Amino acid sequence: MALLEIKDLEVNYGVIKAIKGVSFDVNEGEIIALIGANGAGKTTILHTITGLIQAKKGSIVFDGKELTKTPPHKIVSMGMAHVPEGRRIFQQLSVLENLKLGAYTRKDKSEIASTLKMVYERFPRLEERKNQVAGTLSGGEQQMLAMGRALMSKPRIILMDEPSMGLSPLLVSEIFDIIKVINESGTTVLLVEQNAKKALSIADRAYVLETGNITLSGDAKDLINDESVKKAYLGE
Amino acid sequence: MTFITNLINGVSLGSIYAVIALGYTMVYGIAKMLNFAHGDVIMVGAYIVFALTSYAGVNPYLALVISMAACTLLGMAIERFAYKPLRGASPLAVLITAIGVSYFLQNMALLIFGSQAKSFTSIVNLPALTLAGGKITISAETIVTIIVSLIIMVSLTLFVNKTKPGRAMLAVSEDKGAAQLMGVNVNATISLTFAIGSGLAAVAGVLLCSAYPTLSSQTGAMPGIKAFVAAVLGGIGSIPGAVIGGVLIGVIEILSRSYISSQMADAIVFAVLIIVLLVKPTGILGKKYIEKV
Repeated sequence: MALLEIKDLEVNYGVIKAIKGVSFDVNEGEIIALIGANGAGKTTILHTITGLIQAKKGSIVFDGKELTKTPPHKIVSMGMAHVPEGRRIFQQLSVLENLKLGAYTRKDKSEIASTLKMVYERFPRLEERKNQVAGTLSGGEQQMLAMGRALMSKPRIILMDEPSMGLSPLLVSEIFDIIKVINESGTTVLLVEQNAKKALSIADRAYVLETGNITLSGDAKDLINDESVKKAYLGE
Repeated sequence: MTFITNLINGVSLGSIYAVIALGYTMVYGIAKMLNFAHGDVIMVGAYIVFALTSYAGVNPYLALVISMAACTLLGMAIERFAYKPLRGASPLAVLITAIGVSYFLQNMALLIFGSQAKSFTSIVNLPALTLAGGKITISAETIVTIIVSLIIMVSLTLFVNKTKPGRAMLAVSEDKGAAQLMGVNVNATISLTFAIGSGLAAVAGVLLCSAYPTLSSQTGAMPGIKAFVAAVLGGIGSIPGAVIGGVLIGVIEILSRSYISSQMADAIVFAVLIIVLLVKPTGILGKKYIEKV
């Protein structure tokens, strides 16, 4: 059974049908990429999974539990973390306070401390700047903070929305390397990206989303050689 | 010497404004709304103490605790029934509703206690303090007000910055959606904010009526508006800002009353609001938004 299974999902914004019956699944341990142009509905799907937007129809089953009726604040403790588009770190709080908020639903202090140590090992720059106000971090550091904050909940799956947005090519590569490492240490990743090339290079499987529908899916290494994908998303 | 007495009285009145302004500013920070009924919760808190002590002979301190509990529940009820259904509605609709709640509370008090103002018995039963060989006399109410307000401000600051629910409040005030993703229950956090603000309003009401012992259905209206001015002056949404703004407004009011004109004092306070809005719309400690591209 898949860890996360989305079935016939429909989402409306007012009268506009944003997602028109999307189905896909994510197995434990995979990196799944959801690629597509701006406005295809990628972010909407992630927001619906974590409950920030209500689904119109369809089901989202995570670890055997239905999420469409679960309030958003209950989802993180079920083992799902969401790194939202634009990072949305708490700009006026310190780096450490941001990370502590990531562990908001966890109770055991010593376990939280060991997760914090792990996050600092993965992102040494966050430890260097732990007392700095988060709004003063650079874009790349803010992305690292958003990822570190998500890891603080010790998730089984992380949903990542456009982690490459607004970063220099060098930093993009660094962020994607880190995503790969996070996955290798046992966390499943659902990755939404406009940077299809980068996303397909680390993903196991991928789905192509076009104006609210999945038009193509398959192994990432097949899609990267697919003529239509090349033409539409890889700029070749 | 009278100047020092005036200054201390100003700080004392200002501390009350500060406690009220804390309620305004916290609710604004978290629910992004101006709860204009906040001033009337002060009046309700004072009436509860008045009724318990005068009609039922309850110990004044016990009455204060009961009043705080009642106002806490009242604040949560106002939020639940008047404001929560309007979550996501236009700010104007929420503002009008807040004014409606304000009139509702005032007229309930009018209905229950009548239009005759009540004389409130101070719950502070201590002698006045005489300093500088009898040249300065400070009433016990003044001192107790300053001390109580100080305790409230310090504990509230510690609560917000050091505890988990406090940090959840900061998170919600900055980004509701992101706070939810961290597992913060936004509705519960908003409810908690109203609870704390309204509980503090009860204390403010009792301090106010102990210092200025006339109690009517309008008692909370003017101090409520002045505390709002204080919150804007300090920078709405900022807790230290509310404290600074409150004390400043109190001092300005008392000094104007003593040295300029007692009729003009209120006008001067509101002139301060206009000047602040013109010169520095974010207030003294108003949040500077960090723009990142």
